[in-house]
Amino acid sequence: MNMNSTMKVDNGVNVEALLGAREALAKAPEAARFQWRASCNWVNGTHSRSTVKSYHGLGGEQAHRTEFTFDADHPETFASEDNGATPVEYVLVGLAGCLTAGVAAVAQNRQIQLRSVKATLEGSMDIQGILGMDGDVRNGFDDVKVCFEIDADASREDIEALVAQSQKRSAVFDILTNPTNVSVEVK
Amino acid sequence: MKEGTGSAGMPEAGTVAVVVIGAGHSGLAMSRCLTERAIDHVVLERGVVGNAWRHERWDSLRLLTPNWLTRLPGYGYRGDDPDGFMTMPEVVRFIDQYARRISAPVRTGTTVTAVRPVADGYRVITDQGAWRCRAVVIASGAFSVPVVPAVAEAVPTAIAAYTPRDYKCPEQLAPGGVLIVGASATGVQLAGEIQRSGRPVTLAVGEHVRMPRSYRGRDIQWWMNAAGILDQRYDQVDDIVRARRVPSPQLVGTPARTSLDLNALSDRGVCLVGRLTGIQSGKAQFSGSLRNHCAMADLKMKRLLAAIDDWAEASGCADAVDPPEAFAPTRVDPSPRLTLDLTSGEIRSIIWATGSRPDYSWLEVPVLDRKGAIRHDGGVVEAPGMYVMGLPFMRRRKSSFIHGAEDDARDLCAHLVDHLESCHRRRLVSMAG
Repeated sequence: MNMNSTMKVDNGVNVEALLGAREALAKAPEAARFQWRASCNWVNGTHSRSTVKSYHGLGGEQAHRTEFTFDADHPETFASEDNGATPVEYVLVGLAGCLTAGVAAVAQNRQIQLRSVKATLEGSMDIQGILGMDGDVRNGFDDVKVCFEIDADASREDIEALVAQSQKRSAVFDILTNPTNVSVEVK
Repeated sequence: MKEGTGSAGMPEAGTVAVVVIGAGHSGLAMSRCLTERAIDHVVLERGVVGNAWRHERWDSLRLLTPNWLTRLPGYGYRGDDPDGFMTMPEVVRFIDQYARRISAPVRTGTTVTAVRPVADGYRVITDQGAWRCRAVVIASGAFSVPVVPAVAEAVPTAIAAYTPRDYKCPEQLAPGGVLIVGASATGVQLAGEIQRSGRPVTLAVGEHVRMPRSYRGRDIQWWMNAAGILDQRYDQVDDIVRARRVPSPQLVGTPARTSLDLNALSDRGVCLVGRLTGIQSGKAQFSGSLRNHCAMADLKMKRLLAAIDDWAEASGCADAVDPPEAFAPTRVDPSPRLTLDLTSGEIRSIIWATGSRPDYSWLEVPVLDRKGAIRHDGGVVEAPGMYVMGLPFMRRRKSSFIHGAEDDARDLCAHLVDHLESCHRRRLVSMAG
């Protein structure tokens, strides 16, 4: 009846390679240090264009296959031209991408076939913070909600466990939930 | 106990086949197995028998395992409360009686200051002279040194800091708020009694293990023991490194047999916050991951209870016990506190219930990994003739429990005897050549 049940689980994630990397890095922990980079040019108004290409990891310089470009701007509500997503929306995009990749990888490792994974995200903030109107209001999100709708060959509990494990191993979830030292300099 | 044989200066205390370091339950279980096989040995103890149980635990602590399960090789509980949980004085008495019963060759008041490799064995240097031996068993405790995170340095000096080693009872703390960092067995037990003493507790919760005290009318340890979960071996689990890092379950042993989960603490008024991630300008910062940590613990508990149900069904005991029970999910405030001002006077004391580790500061044999843990295969340390006892999930899930010492001691003793015999054979061969 279910064709998938006789087929090999394939979510397109190379789990063997990931587990192999874990083993190799245990022997050479210094190769596990990565550095991610982005560069950004101001275009006009609140519009900027960022690119990502190179990064450092596995003990050497690495690069994406192509350079990726991201336009950031603010919508017309903010009297801007809306040439791209707002920076805070990119944060939601980052969280969604990270958690979704995690769901796929964990599902592959647990032999769960995914059919569809959809996440909707909401980040709430009080813009009195960024407008400097009230010192008690923070600039950033005061709440982030993620809702996953997942269709997979698994029980509801197994799916909940997938999502929980994905958060546990997520870089962006960690970045959002824990403090990070940030230094900004002028050259 | 016997006197040391050494005299002045840096005396040779003696030569034995095996030196066991530590006269707690692990060291004594090993001593009993060595005696059974007529292996000449001594048990060196820095203080008195059961020292850590006597001096390094808080007043209200009881074992997490019921009395009937608390046993050592050839010895078990004989009182009239098999389902109770021993207090620390009772544990001390239990271990002390065991030491006498097996006539363990214990040298009390003997602190090991160094263990060095020498030809065909080890030299164990103590403040009462040095021992020469072929094999060493490290049974000096898995939980000797409290682990306190580096962020502790940023705690304002007006706040009194404690570890579970120097905490004894709530009355010892100043009146006022208490921040407890860590929600394993220690953290939840201290949170419960300190909150009850009228000092409002904030509990920082990271990854934790939720477990009911009883399930379907039986103690949770009865189930884990009966279903073979406690006997699960280190070479049978997927990820032993991770399994060894799992924090102790949120359990307490009390006559009332109550569960002590986060919901029970919330009911008493304890304020739950996320993992402590930093302290900046006197403000403690907590992770926003509390909800996920609680969701994971709820899921893992459900999985454990489902495994227990499956076992009950398969073993045919399902009808002899109560029907399956469901437990309410952990309640988490929709927006838990993310910061806490440690300079406002709200918090007067902080307790680091952030785990503990063994002390190997005297071990001059290169067997530690880059994190300071001893490299071993199920208690067989990398250096020939060296063994370790009592570490979490060392050979079996029960390895760090009192009742876990027996099987480990027997296995390791058998390995040790083989080692001594092969040393002996090598010596004969070299003499003949």
